[in-house]
Amino acid sequence: MSLLAAAGLWGPPGLLLTFALHPALCLRPAPTSGPPHRDYCVLGAGPAGLQMAYFLQRAGRDYAVFERAPRPGSFFTRYPRHRKLISINKRHTGKANAEFNLRHDWNSLLSHDPRLLFRHYSSAYFPDAGDMVRYLDDFADRLGLHVLYNTTIAHVTLNKDRQAWNGHYFILTDQMGHAHRCSVLLVATGLSVPNQVDFPGSEYTEGYESVSVDPKDFEGQNVLILGRGNSAFETAENILGVTNFIHMLSRSRVRLSWATHYVGDLRAINNGLLDTYQLKSLDGLLESDLTDLAIVKDREGKFRVTLKFFLEEGNQSADAITLPQDDNDNFAMRVAYDRVIRCLGWNFDFSIFDKSLRLSSGGEFSKKYPLVKASYESKGSRGLFVLGTASHSVDYRKSAGGFIHGFRYTARAIHRLLEHRHHGVAWPSTEHPVSQLTSSIIRRINEASGLYQMFGVLADVVLLKENATAFEYLEELPVQMLAQLETITGRRARHGLFVINMEYGRNFSGPDKDVFFHDRSVGHTEDAWQSNFLHPVIYYYRHLPTEQEVRFRPADWALPRPTAIHHIVEDFLTDWTAPVGHILPLRRFLENCLDTDLRSFYAESCFLFALTHQKLPPFCQQGYLRTQGLVGTESLRRHGAERRFPQDYATVGRRREDRAQGPEGGPLAPGPPLLQPHDSNKEEL
Amino acid sequence: MMSSSFNIYRVGISFVMMCIFYKSAVDSLSELSPQKYFSTLQPGKASLAYFCQADSPRTSIFLEELNEAVKPLQDFGISVAKVNCVKEETSRYCGKEKDLMKVYLFRGNILLREFPTDTLFDVNAIIAHVLFALLFNEVKYITTLEDLQNIENSLKGKANIAFSYVRAIGTPEHRAVMEAAFVYGTTYQFVLTTEIALLESIGTEAIENAHFYFFHCKQVLDLTQQCRRTLMEQPLATLNIHRFIKTMEAPLLTEVAEDPQQVSTVHLQLGLPLVFIVSQQATHEADRRTAEWVAWRLLGKAGVLLLLRDSLEVDIPQHANVVFRRAEEGAPVEFLVLHDTELIISRVEGNTHIEEMQEDEDEDLQSPDMDIQDDEVAETVYRHRKTQLPLELTVELTEETFNATVVASDSIVLFYAGWQAVSMAFLQSYIDLAIKLKGTSTMLLTRVNCADWSDLCTKQNVTEFPVVKMYKEGKHPVSYAGMLGTEDLLKFILLNRISCPVNITSVQEAEEYLSGELYKDLIPYSSVSVLGLFSPNMTTAKEDFTKAGNYLRGCVITGIYSEEDVLILSNKYGATLPALLLARHKEGKVESIPFANSRVQDIVQIVTNALLETFPEITVENLPIYLRLQKPLLILFSDGSINPQYTKTILTLVKEKHLDSLTPCWLNLNFTCSGMETSSSCL
Repeated sequence: MSLLAAAGLWGPPGLLLTFALHPALCLRPAPTSGPPHRDYCVLGAGPAGLQMAYFLQRAGRDYAVFERAPRPGSFFTRYPRHRKLISINKRHTGKANAEFNLRHDWNSLLSHDPRLLFRHYSSAYFPDAGDMVRYLDDFADRLGLHVLYNTTIAHVTLNKDRQAWNGHYFILTDQMGHAHRCSVLLVATGLSVPNQVDFPGSEYTEGYESVSVDPKDFEGQNVLILGRGNSAFETAENILGVTNFIHMLSRSRVRLSWATHYVGDLRAINNGLLDTYQLKSLDGLLESDLTDLAIVKDREGKFRVTLKFFLEEGNQSADAITLPQDDNDNFAMRVAYDRVIRCLGWNFDFSIFDKSLRLSSGGEFSKKYPLVKASYESKGSRGLFVLGTASHSVDYRKSAGGFIHGFRYTARAIHRLLEHRHHGVAWPSTEHPVSQLTSSIIRRINEASGLYQMFGVLADVVLLKENATAFEYLEELPVQMLAQLETITGRRARHGLFVINMEYGRNFSGPDKDVFFHDRSVGHTEDAWQSNFLHPVIYYYRHLPTEQEVRFRPADWALPRPTAIHHIVEDFLTDWTAPVGHILPLRRFLENCLDTDLRSFYAESCFLFALTHQKLPPFCQQGYLRTQGLVGTESLRRHGAERRFPQDYATVGRRREDRAQGPEGGPLAPGPPLLQPHDSNKEEL
Repeated sequence: MMSSSFNIYRVGISFVMMCIFYKSAVDSLSELSPQKYFSTLQPGKASLAYFCQADSPRTSIFLEELNEAVKPLQDFGISVAKVNCVKEETSRYCGKEKDLMKVYLFRGNILLREFPTDTLFDVNAIIAHVLFALLFNEVKYITTLEDLQNIENSLKGKANIAFSYVRAIGTPEHRAVMEAAFVYGTTYQFVLTTEIALLESIGTEAIENAHFYFFHCKQVLDLTQQCRRTLMEQPLATLNIHRFIKTMEAPLLTEVAEDPQQVSTVHLQLGLPLVFIVSQQATHEADRRTAEWVAWRLLGKAGVLLLLRDSLEVDIPQHANVVFRRAEEGAPVEFLVLHDTELIISRVEGNTHIEEMQEDEDEDLQSPDMDIQDDEVAETVYRHRKTQLPLELTVELTEETFNATVVASDSIVLFYAGWQAVSMAFLQSYIDLAIKLKGTSTMLLTRVNCADWSDLCTKQNVTEFPVVKMYKEGKHPVSYAGMLGTEDLLKFILLNRISCPVNITSVQEAEEYLSGELYKDLIPYSSVSVLGLFSPNMTTAKEDFTKAGNYLRGCVITGIYSEEDVLILSNKYGATLPALLLARHKEGKVESIPFANSRVQDIVQIVTNALLETFPEITVENLPIYLRLQKPLLILFSDGSINPQYTKTILTLVKEKHLDSLTPCWLNLNFTCSGMETSSSCL
């Protein structure tokens, strides 16, 4: 549970500070005599709230963060209970590339300030939660983010107004009864309500949020833990050595993160109980639906597990209740427990949101998560975005959107969407000549942390210009919004596009998968499509997919069926720069898609092409012809000559020769040159 | 002897029939006594006999092979026998010792040749040797090029030659050639060699295997002309040779006017595709020439026909100019629009290629060149990856050291990516530059590997690689936009030593500047020195010129003079102020160009144009500059330096404005790296 970074815990009102103490908030006078107005309101100063505040601040937007507690990151002051974060703080990777290093830094927020990297705050691989609190505090302070602390938003409603950006304003009412009017509401309140399952006897259970963390309190006890997530195992881990035994009960089988490749599943650092269970040390795991159970207290004050069904048989006194072992004398949980601990996860706090916001859903995560689109905008009300842990419904059990190392990127994506929607700032992009295409992709797949962390959710997009002579590169777009790309980014995708996504092998991940099987890794380029570990996959679309195509894409596909697809073979070092193993096949793929020649040439070769061909390869056009040809050194050229390089160029030359020796001026035949065989692109450039 | 007019399938069928027949009748070697053997010999019939001691082992490797050769030899009408030398019937053919037994070839009862058993090491060797001996007259064995030329000359206008090279006598390829000679030996002159040198001298590449050539000598009437040669591309095997010869016999080009679907030629029967070149009355002559040329190229690979559209009854698509029909029965006729003969060739060759690919699909699924690096830059860089470069001659900058360094000293920074081939190729030039400048330059040569310092590069606005920037005196960095090579970057750095434009302070200095004395060491890098002359009050013009000079920094030397006595200079060079003086150092001339009311861009244009020569030598470096003029190039190819007379002629023509729409230039075939290839491709 500790990884689920929730922001403000909306508890009772604390210390009160009035607006007067926050002159920053009054910089912009309210347009009418109504409540003070802000373009952007962020609820919660946890990691997601602060991350969003950072982007808004950098863009110079009118915003404020509302935080109930006196400092940021109040969730981490209490959680995880045993204080150890299970998000990796890898301080050394052997590389200097800061972007690459973020792939292995799961705690830092994004900023331009290299001092605000988590590795300066803790040297532990699994850091202490206190360090996170300190870090968030520094983050807010150093960057001067506008946070209204000690401000508890008690109620949020909608106020229709045609003038408003979204046709309505969000009215936030704080604990003092002051109203705040916002054009856009960004909810980053995390998951703050402990999940409770209702069954007879649930009142006897202790919750994760309040159970003792002192192992002494469990000395010589029989303990039953309900749940099988990280919080349950974290609790078990703490008391494993002092109890008689721990039984762990959950609805479905344990999901190991190394098998599912989902960081929210049980992490190895917490799984000591699995070890003792399988090594016959009295601890154990059981699967059963909690809603069928009941817990009764016996005469000695110990807890007995029975079935709800038995309780319903009649109004019997506590001692007379039928226990499963009465019929079935080898029932697994026939032993009496000293304690029952509930570690069943967390839910979003829907209570402060007015019904008119239609934040709740009837869907799968109706209780746990608010209902959002792939753009993180609420399905119920335009202009309301959900950030951080609470937005995890988009990629629950798939990617990292519920965790700092994932939602720091989705916050950036949301900010980019808002910049375009409300301020006319198109999605940032860089434009390059097509000769740079392979390099641009290679660069990103080797360093981009957003693609790597938010695999399958955020993807890079290459938008081709007319005739594929140039392209625009857009980073980290929510890939499910691909069909709406033009409207959400302000960029044009009229001439085809590439999408660069990172993926695990199709059938590699799952709770019951053996991820250590023999021959699990692929080394040969031709088998790249069978790669199992996270590897880049390039999709080529001749046209932007439609919403229909995205919605009805094949099951388990991140994207609809492309015109062409290319897997870059998985790499043990995640270093996809091998000239023949990685770059060459990618280049060939791109060439085939675009029917062009993306090879690079020395100036000499371009010179020869210029004298013998009407059209030059893009590299020569965009380099040599602009007097920026690559000359190459004597020794390089010598090597080339030895190998009679370039091969194709030699054949091109020879073929030209033959043609020239052919019948003079003989028109081949009537008919315009309409058709070219596919394999001709290189020869005929 | 089998008639050579047999078509290949009949040959095949008769072969099969013979095999069946002999299988039942003569299964193995007949064993005879010497007397009996000699009595069976018929006049004119060839016979092979192995004489051995009666008490020798009944089986040996040789006997097994000989046994196998019985059937094929019988197909050629040669009988085979094992003769047992018994004591009472000694023959002179019976050797004295067991190990010295030999094999003898008779025609009638005349001994043609004797073979030691080790030359007949297997069935192929047996057949090859026997036929070789029998066809002594039909197959000429040669060892020198001279022999070949003699034969060629003697047959011009008379007969065609089937020339083959095999690695050794007695190989399976040799057998195949001999079998073909058995059939076609009277029609064509067969010539055989085992000399690699001979093959090399007729220009064959990649001589690893046997080669089979068809020399078209019959139609050569002019004795000085060479016979055309067609190389058989398939491996040397009997069936392939038959098929190849069949296609050589077929007419080169046939004109047809019927439905391509109905046409049938020998090619189709041989499994080769047909290519119809669609022609019409108007272009018939030209099309015929094209078709002939294509036919020669495709000889042995496809049949080429000229399809006359005008007299055709069936409809073919209007734009189609080539019709392609594969040999498979029922394969659809393809109507194509190909604007280049090369495409026809590649289509036929590509098609056969695909067929081959499918054949060996099981062995190797991958297309053969999938792994082959065809990017010359990546290839050379990869090959060079283990060469140690003296990288220490340039300073490697990091995120921490970058700002301090470029502020503290004038620096050239190379931004590159360690994984990118183009970057790494240029890095070598950069290091070469560092070696050249070692200890002489005030400019610090540095580099940033963007694979490591991605953020730094992004902050410096570097999103492509490689990029060179100059950081000077804390000013805005200047991006280098020249050729990515040592020489051009060196020029950029050297010319940047002086400010652009240089402030000239006296008439004497100006004269020194114009004569090239002032910056003697820089003159080799700037063929022209530009001096702007202004009277002191022309502030706007001066500003514009300064901007232009700044823009041109690193590519030409510019100077500015605006003292009170500027008139001395303007009078001397006949210039009206403001004016540009262009000193061409090579020619020792100074010309003046007035440029009143010119803006920055115009000034830059004037200077850039002034840098162009009227009749330049085209090199790899300057071609793009001349191409930019968007005029066709009139190139004189010169073997060595250009003859001054030509230069004179061209210059006269230019003067007389005959060449205004062209850029006259010349190209040194000896000097320009790829000269030979260029010329052959251009001429």
